Amino acid sequence: MRKVKIKVNELSVFFNFLQALNRVSIEIYGNKVTAIIGPSGCGKTSFLRTINRMNELIIGFRKKGEVLIDNINIYNNNIDVVNLRRLVGMVFQSSNLFPKSIYENLAFAPKIHGIKDQKIIDELIEETCTKAAIWEEIKDRLEVNALTLSAGQQQRLCIARALTIQPDILLMDEPASMLDPISTAKIEELIFDLKKKYTIIVVTHNMQQAARISDFTAFFYLGQLVEYDKTTKLFTNPSNKQTEDYLTGRFG
Amino acid sequence: MERVNDLNKSPYAKSKSKKTLLKERIIKYFFTINSLVVIIIFTLIFVFLLQEGLKALDVIAIKDFVYKTVFENGEEGKLYQWYPTSEQPRFSLIPLILGSLLISIPATLISTVFGISVGIYLSEIASIKTREFLKPIIEIFAGIPTVVLGFFMLVVVASIFQDIFNPVNRLNAFLASIGLSFIIIPIISSLTEDAFNAVPKEIRMASYALGASKFQTVFRVLIPTAMSGLSASIILGFGRAIGETMIVLMASGNAAELSFELFRSARTMTATIAAELGEVSQDSAHYFALFFIGLVLFVITFILNMVAELILNRMRNKINY
Repeated sequence: MRKVKIKVNELSVFFNFLQALNRVSIEIYGNKVTAIIGPSGCGKTSFLRTINRMNELIIGFRKKGEVLIDNINIYNNNIDVVNLRRLVGMVFQSSNLFPKSIYENLAFAPKIHGIKDQKIIDELIEETCTKAAIWEEIKDRLEVNALTLSAGQQQRLCIARALTIQPDILLMDEPASMLDPISTAKIEELIFDLKKKYTIIVVTHNMQQAARISDFTAFFYLGQLVEYDKTTKLFTNPSNKQTEDYLTGRFG
Repeated sequence: MERVNDLNKSPYAKSKSKKTLLKERIIKYFFTINSLVVIIIFTLIFVFLLQEGLKALDVIAIKDFVYKTVFENGEEGKLYQWYPTSEQPRFSLIPLILGSLLISIPATLISTVFGISVGIYLSEIASIKTREFLKPIIEIFAGIPTVVLGFFMLVVVASIFQDIFNPVNRLNAFLASIGLSFIIIPIISSLTEDAFNAVPKEIRMASYALGASKFQTVFRVLIPTAMSGLSASIILGFGRAIGETMIVLMASGNAAELSFELFRSARTMTATIAAELGEVSQDSAHYFALFFIGLVLFVITFILNMVAELILNRMRNKINY
């Protein structure tokens, strides 16, 4: 059974006079992994950030069209953006930990969302860190400044931190771009695991990764959605010439 | 491909032309000499100040800079007074240091509250248009000639204060504090804004993406991250308050009294030098005493600036590991 979780209608995004997305319409299914691929600057990240309204923090942002999650237009005036971002978690392209201890990074979200019970927070931290395959490496040094970790560990910690808000939808912007093959495998396993509970959208440059982890794949080019289909179909038998050219490495 | 046997014919063997060498040398010396001149002049000023200031210790015992022992009716008493021109000159710096602190501490506290709020408003809350409009207006305050501010305090604000607070003296420490705040608020607010802007954009994004509201982001992420910058801004503001002369000279009333009251006249170290150095006879004890005050001031501001610089460095290291 496929359930439409996110429905995007004729979405165009502008940053000042630069158009980043051009009339994108797409239906993203719940409890599936959707991969977004395409060359640099094609609007992948801009698309991702319209779903938790992070684009609004960028000066000069304008949009046309609508984004519906569970049939609710998240750009309605009465929508609480803070609440939206609690439900739609995000992992960024590069690690963006706070210059605080590992523990404070992980306890940040539970605390601001009003969880006071120390035990619940600690359990939540252990659970999310185990999921993000980082727990064994950090459990004995939670008080250390998070920025002293290696790049790969920082990225996994960011994923763990994003999970601490217990989101409904998880947006991941090239989550494995800084990781070694072993950590990448762990993250991919994690993504596979998470889709039982969450709806996941992953932006990736790595096409093998998209093929491995996703159920659906969307190919973006020059701000437009060129093709969107089941991953198996899109990778083996793309119906669009541009998709085929990109997948076979003829451009991009 | 034929091997180039003569090394000089190889394109890699080309050396710099004489003209280039000369040009590079001129540029290098131009900047080096200019920097050296500045450094030498500053060093000479410091040496002069040190020399003249320390000469004071030949004429006046260091104890006399703290108090003067007097005998009255067979009883020994200590006088903490600054009366350098009396027949029995008294050179206690205590009332002056006290005056300086009595004025600059309240000024720093007031400026911290307002300066940091303004800084946070400018960097986090105001829209770009408001910021572009407000920033120059606030910064202009730091550029107003202090004599104009002093005059304004002396004439306008003093009368208003007289009606509101009914102070002991019309010109008093509190009035001078308020005057100082006008120039310290812009210092603290622009340094606060810098400290907030130095927080990487990604960290802000992380906080918002975790569902933090604007105020949670400000109080739980930005302020802790920018804490060192904020402390440094307060220290630098305090340094400016201690060193400022014109406003305190005009608005504080200049009575060198041993008083802890905000609404009484007070006299600072800076105002003392400014008021008395023009009338003192050169090489007298009084003359050297004034230089000694200068030295004390210099040491205080030097230490404050050093501490601020150290704190700022620590912040830079904390953010970019």
